[in-house]
Amino acid sequence: MIGIEHYVVVSSILFVLGVLGIFLNRKNVIIILMAIELILLAVNINLVAFSAFLGDLTGQIFAMFVLTVAAGEAAIGLAILVIFFRSRGTIAVDQVNRMKG
Amino acid sequence: MNSSILAIVFLPLLAAIVGGLGNRALGNTVVKTLTTGALFISCALSWPIFLGFIAGEQQAYVAPVLHWVQSGTMSFDWALRVDTLTAVMLVVITSVSALVHLYSWGYMEEDPDQPRFFAYLSLFTFAMLMLVTADNLVQMFFGWEGVGLASYLLIGFWFRKPSANAAAIKAFVVNRVGDLGFMLGIFGTFLVFGTVSIPEILAAAPAMAGSTIGFLGYRVDTMTVLCILLFIGAMGKSAQLGLHTWLPDAMEGPTPVSALIHAATMVTAGVFMVCRLSPMFEAAPIALGLVTFIGAATCLFAATIGTCQWDIKRVIAYSTCSQLGYMFFAAGLGAYGVAMFHLFTHAFFKALLFLGAGSVIHAMHHEQDMRFYGGLRKQIPLTFWAMMAGTLAITGVGIYDLHVGFAGFWSKDAIIEVAYASGSQVGLFAFWAGVGAALLTSFYSWRLVFLTFYGKPRWIESEHIQHSVHKTPEEASEDTTGGYHPHESPMSMLVPLGLLAIGAIAAGQIFAGSFIDDAAFWANSITFDAHLIHAMHEVPHLVKYAAFIVMLIGFVIAWYGYIRNTSFPAKVVEQLGPVYSFVYRKWMFDELYHYVFVVPAFWIGKVLWKRGDEGTIDRFGPDGAAWLVAGGASYARKIQSGYLNSYALVMLLGLVGAITWVLF
Amino acid sequence: MIHIIAFYLFAFVTLASAVLVIMARNPVHSVLWLILAFFNAAGLMVLVGAEFIAMLLVIVYVGAVAVLFLFVVMMLDIDFAELRAGFVRNAPLGLLIAVILAIELFVGIVANSAGKAALGTPDGAGVAPAGTINIEAIGALLYGKYLFLFEAAGIILLVAMIGAIVLTHRQRKDVRPQNVADQIARRPDEATINTQPEVGKGVTL
Repeated sequence: MIGIEHYVVVSSILFVLGVLGIFLNRKNVIIILMAIELILLAVNINLVAFSAFLGDLTGQIFAMFVLTVAAGEAAIGLAILVIFFRSRGTIAVDQVNRMKG
Repeated sequence: MNSSILAIVFLPLLAAIVGGLGNRALGNTVVKTLTTGALFISCALSWPIFLGFIAGEQQAYVAPVLHWVQSGTMSFDWALRVDTLTAVMLVVITSVSALVHLYSWGYMEEDPDQPRFFAYLSLFTFAMLMLVTADNLVQMFFGWEGVGLASYLLIGFWFRKPSANAAAIKAFVVNRVGDLGFMLGIFGTFLVFGTVSIPEILAAAPAMAGSTIGFLGYRVDTMTVLCILLFIGAMGKSAQLGLHTWLPDAMEGPTPVSALIHAATMVTAGVFMVCRLSPMFEAAPIALGLVTFIGAATCLFAATIGTCQWDIKRVIAYSTCSQLGYMFFAAGLGAYGVAMFHLFTHAFFKALLFLGAGSVIHAMHHEQDMRFYGGLRKQIPLTFWAMMAGTLAITGVGIYDLHVGFAGFWSKDAIIEVAYASGSQVGLFAFWAGVGAALLTSFYSWRLVFLTFYGKPRWIESEHIQHSVHKTPEEASEDTTGGYHPHESPMSMLVPLGLLAIGAIAAGQIFAGSFIDDAAFWANSITFDAHLIHAMHEVPHLVKYAAFIVMLIGFVIAWYGYIRNTSFPAKVVEQLGPVYSFVYRKWMFDELYHYVFVVPAFWIGKVLWKRGDEGTIDRFGPDGAAWLVAGGASYARKIQSGYLNSYALVMLLGLVGAITWVLF
Repeated sequence: MIHIIAFYLFAFVTLASAVLVIMARNPVHSVLWLILAFFNAAGLMVLVGAEFIAMLLVIVYVGAVAVLFLFVVMMLDIDFAELRAGFVRNAPLGLLIAVILAIELFVGIVANSAGKAALGTPDGAGVAPAGTINIEAIGALLYGKYLFLFEAAGIILLVAMIGAIVLTHRQRKDVRPQNVADQIARRPDEATINTQPEVGKGVTL
């Protein structure tokens, strides 16, 4: 039988993959943003699974809000990326330390 | 009768407060009128009391004012004591103060800060009155400190002048050294007698003669220690040898201040205190000997310096110092009445001399150097006659056998006779010192008169005069006046001069009998040694004429050097070379004190400041904290690398840490 | 039975796509793999019974967000080779962290199945009334209890939109658009002026 553990395992592996993605792709900001989307996806799966297994719809409502915020954040992130690219001509961010303390 | 003493003492205070706080809001005229009026009322109320004592009708009494301290066994009140000694001081203080107030109308006319000046003068008068009417030692100390404060304020009145500020601080600090002795004396007195009330102490004093007390680990005679400590206070206040350095510098203050404070009243507070506590001093012969010695030494020492000074006010200041020495050694020999008599006459003629000098300074456009005077007799005749009266008084001109003389003749000669009559070693020293000082006094007083009022006008060489007529010495005309004509002072300055001149001439003649011989007059307010007074009248004729003879010698020398042969002084100075230099520089006392006290004090202060305060407390306290924060922050900010990835890494690590924490 | 197969299929493809998102050389490929991952995740959700969320995932995530990604990737002129340079260097630390996270998550799961962890008990507010379909129940909850949050989410989206526009908006210097306000404010008496220029000299406007 498919129990809650299966979904949790899937969600956690997806989460770890997302984290890994951030790590391994230091230079490419787009990949980082996509990895963040993966993380958010993992969280959504987790929420929905628990909502179904506990019979409480609050989880799904929350997943919807997560979705909303993820969309908003992707939009802003990409806008920043576009401007960054406009002024620099590249999206390699590992040499950028203008906000240094 | 009781209420008049309250009015006498508190009217000046009221005037000072209203005038001082009113300042510019009330305006010059209101404040001046208020303060001067208050003083004249006090003066008018004081003379009847004094004359009542002279006539033998007035009784001594105490007028209580307020309850003050009640603490354990110590209890004393604010109370005003009126007896003969007080009455003498009352008339001296109020008369001179009232006349100085009036004089200041003219002298301080162009000063922008007149209300402040008059308020300070009245404040000083109040403090002095509190001092002399004190019924207990703490109240006397209150007055003591009050006059010191007023002296500081008045010496530094022209506070924009750095030299005035320095002089005011010097006066206050040197006074403070004396005050320490006085305070220790008061503490010791309370310890020994269990009370600070003066009548009680004086009644119990004779019984304590010969007892011993532990002091700094040694067993010493009680009364000697107490009296020496109290006398140190008197030394500071009355500028005796050792603590005298402030008096000449105090001439930085306006001349009315010098006349009031440094001639007639504050500096006499020391003499007053010794006389008031005379039963105590009588129980300590060693202390009395010290008083005599210091008084005599000061008397001679100050007179030597006075002969060399060029500043007209400084000559008179050293003269004051010297005359105070006379008063002290008279008191030290046991003739308190004679000392008070000299105080009384001295107040008049010294105030006269100072105010006269002020009149000269006023006429000479604030030039004070006598080298730039000369020939003023014709220009300011009234001032000249006033100064002449004062000089005759101070040099002690009078014929003994005819029983006529100016004020100083009566009092100074009495002191010299007492010194001879006492018969002791220290008395003999005092006698010769007194005679020597009389010679020098005569010399420098007449030198002052001759330099200022006789001879050719030399004032065009003065910078002050040059500024006022806009000419140089070369442009001056044949009569070397340069077109500058000194003018006589206004009436407000001349009236006090006239009144004081009357006192200088007549006061000795009128009151000698009461002060010197009349035990009933003093009526237990001071110790009266009838035996000594009797012996005084029995001294050889030569002694009685000694002062007169030396006075003539001094006069002749001054006349020779400053009228007949004006190059004579310069030749003498050349001959005496280093001696002259030493005396002119005030026997190097200022330099000595500078190296012994001032330099180490500044060094200690500097070390404590730089190494102690800044180096230690600041370094570990505020500065240390600031350095820690700044250092820590500059270290911490290196974590902000600016790289997106390192931020992401840190976030991840934090996440891992948080999960680990939650799980375990 | 089919349930189980479907689950494993969706799960496997999701995870594989996620791996490929990270590992792909070409960012366009990465976006495409991301889209596949989304689809399969939606499938997982349908299996559990949350079809509304699943469809929302497809429409919003795939239809909007992933497409946005694609647009940006296509628009930017990216040099691929240079971007992959740091991959190998970072791998060990990254793998280490991943392993740690994985271990912790497994520990959590094992603890749960052994009955040691206490899961939160629902307060019954979100329980769907019997007989209603998923979307109806969600609607009732969303517009009822969580209305304020719903409106707030709308405002967040508004802010995001304004932000994106403000950030990327630029004035183009080489184009001259209409300025309607200027055009309307024009008055006939200012439109033309008569001048009498001298011979050989021009007029300045």
